[in-house]
Amino acid sequence: MMKYFLPLGGFILLCALLFFGLGNDPKKVPSPFIGKPAPAFELPRLYADGETLSPADMQGKVWLLNVWASWCVSCRAEHAVITKLIGDTGIDIVGLNYKDTDDEAKRWLTQFGNPYYAIAVDAEGRTGIDWGVYGVPETFVIDKKGTIRLKHIGPVTVDDLKTELIPLIETLRGESA
Amino acid sequence: MIPEIGHYALILAFVLSVIQGVVPLLGNATGADRVMAVARSAIRAQWLMMAVAFGVLTYAFIANDFSVRYVAANSNTALPLIYRISAVWGAHEGSLLLWAFILTSWALAVSHFSRRIPDRVVARVLSIMGLVGAGFMSFMLFTSNPFARQFPVPAEGRSLNPLLQDPGLAIHPPMLYMGYVGFSVAFAFAIAAMAGGKLDAAWARWARPWTNIAWVFLTFGIALGSWWAYYELGWGGWWFWDPVENASLMPWLVGTALIHSLAVTEKRGAFKAWTLLLAVFAFSLSLLGTFLVRSGVLTSVHAFASDPGRGMFILFFLIAVVGSSLTLFAWRAPKLRSTGRFELTSRETGLLINNVILVVMCVTVLLGTLFPLITEALAMGKYSVGPPFFNAVMVPLSVPLFIVMGFGLLLRWKRDTAQRLMKQSALVLIASLLIAVILPLVWAPSFEPLMALGLLMASWVALTALMWVLRQGKSPFKQPLANWGAMIAHVGMAMTITGITLVSVFNSEKDIRLEPGQSYELAGYEFRFDGVDTVQGPNYVAQRGSIFALLDGREVAEMHPEKRNYGPGQMPMTEAGIDAGLFRDLFVALGEDLGDGAWSLRVYHKPFLRWIWLGAILMGVGGLMAALDKRYRKLAARDALQLNAQVQQA
Repeated sequence: MMKYFLPLGGFILLCALLFFGLGNDPKKVPSPFIGKPAPAFELPRLYADGETLSPADMQGKVWLLNVWASWCVSCRAEHAVITKLIGDTGIDIVGLNYKDTDDEAKRWLTQFGNPYYAIAVDAEGRTGIDWGVYGVPETFVIDKKGTIRLKHIGPVTVDDLKTELIPLIETLRGESA
Repeated sequence: MIPEIGHYALILAFVLSVIQGVVPLLGNATGADRVMAVARSAIRAQWLMMAVAFGVLTYAFIANDFSVRYVAANSNTALPLIYRISAVWGAHEGSLLLWAFILTSWALAVSHFSRRIPDRVVARVLSIMGLVGAGFMSFMLFTSNPFARQFPVPAEGRSLNPLLQDPGLAIHPPMLYMGYVGFSVAFAFAIAAMAGGKLDAAWARWARPWTNIAWVFLTFGIALGSWWAYYELGWGGWWFWDPVENASLMPWLVGTALIHSLAVTEKRGAFKAWTLLLAVFAFSLSLLGTFLVRSGVLTSVHAFASDPGRGMFILFFLIAVVGSSLTLFAWRAPKLRSTGRFELTSRETGLLINNVILVVMCVTVLLGTLFPLITEALAMGKYSVGPPFFNAVMVPLSVPLFIVMGFGLLLRWKRDTAQRLMKQSALVLIASLLIAVILPLVWAPSFEPLMALGLLMASWVALTALMWVLRQGKSPFKQPLANWGAMIAHVGMAMTITGITLVSVFNSEKDIRLEPGQSYELAGYEFRFDGVDTVQGPNYVAQRGSIFALLDGREVAEMHPEKRNYGPGQMPMTEAGIDAGLFRDLFVALGEDLGDGAWSLRVYHKPFLRWIWLGAILMGVGGLMAALDKRYRKLAARDALQLNAQVQQA
């Protein structure tokens, strides 16, 4: 007798989950990192054997950290937008290659082009944890003092550039270091 | 003025759908025939209003009426006419209008082709479809009006997402919606049967052809989408386990289970509760797909502009439709008695096993798709699972599915013996094993166990289907269309298995840098690069590469991959150069300009790729043949006579 209520029970669970999902806009997860100094890392650089990269190297200028991976489908869609952003603003974007292999990452960059200022390799995903990365792609805006000012979850779109990223970059560039 | 006519027609259609939903039910309750007859008139008027609304929106696009906000947001004067028409369903509001228009079209078709079905049943079915339609139309009118105007009127509209400017995509959503919405017919018949309390096999017989046709559209729609992703996105893949792709795969899996389960309920009177449940699920998953695409709960490359308000509306609609259906099910199902008894070795068992596997597959896809939400709800952070998860679960599940798919056809209804089954299948099994071992040894560059497994499954599925038709004891040409349909659909599945196996195992791809005149060899083909030109398209400027493929020094293919620039504010698009063939695809994507005329290129050799989609076409053709079998019309007439006789006695 009860077994006929199982489908209904499963459906109610599903709806609860979807209701929860609606409350959480996947693109606007408040990050506890905003307003805090960018977590430090010291990671090997792609295409530069033996060299490492750390947020301290970027001190004094406005820069972006874009988390990407060759296995991430939406990163491909985002790639052209990132390229456009660099073309429009001349901003330095550090790519954080997340849980990827160097060969796959290089293949991806050969195919789509490499717009990044530099690429830090986070093969284990440890730096991702430090930065509170939920998924790929994610983009952080860091100001001249090395403070995280914005976290964008999911692929950046052309609209996001206009309404969010470019205005913020311009404001931050006006601030003193 | 004209857009207001469309808006007005949509409001009228909404009112009519409420009438269609409520009045026949009142007639049903009181037994008044004339009140029930309202259903058929209401659906005709409603269809006409929806046709006017849809026509008006199409006209607004053709006439570049940018005072309509939706037109200005999704079209511009530079857009070629065909894409201005397909832009009607290119975004949220218009695709909902198409959804609702297709729903009324299905309802009209049901009312037209169901003259032999008792009026009481038709009235109930139409009323349920009317209620679903009312939900969608109110969604449009309250949250997403496609006819909303804006002032001042912009001189020029926004560009349509260049990804959507493609003939394949112009017909992909309508096909998919025909499938999604088509399952509403089976759903409505199932609910009508449960509500009426008379749960014999008749409802299954009436619902079968409709369900088959919906499944055919869904099959074509998914195949078209996969084909489009392959040639348009320029990634060289044909399936990405993207949430939106999964949203279309889930109803297909359950729909496949449903068309088989309906056969058991209709012919053998078994699986009654299970079939009802599948009918509810197939349509619910279509609604869920709509929710996932539009609510912004999951991020996806396909997702429409998301809006939590709209998401909330669809969620409540989902709860109303699915929640009430499942409550009705929980109330009625315990009273169901399956009349058809069957033994362990029987076709019923085979179909039951495959039904369960298909549903498990669907649940797997559902969990994988919702995984980021689940982990987030459990406060474990937001994690996604990707293709490795889906492949790791779906491939092992598909092996028993295909094994039973072959046995199921050879098994007899009700009671069979293992000995007879072995005798029937021994020859096919030996032939399949030989094909699976010998073909890779003769043709393939190396022996791959996965290839042998795939070929074993494919030949087993195809040969059992052929054997089944040959052993019917009648010349194949005297057999009913349904047998042919089943055979062709199973052979189609075998073709798809072959394609997936061979392209997964022997796909070769390479990223290379070539200067004009240089060439590169891949899988026996020599790819020669002849440089890049700039060409002007109707609304874009493209860099167009020329690549020639040579086999043994002979030129066999010419490919022109492009990078298209659609102007400011738009993402550049890559258009791959593809040479399609029955046994292999050559695929070239243009990478970056590396200076001095040299370019980075990505070249692929994909053996048997087309078989994936050719198989889907065969599946669709098979499903269509099964739906057109004369048997349904004859039996429907018989059922109607019986029912009317009962009514007169009572």
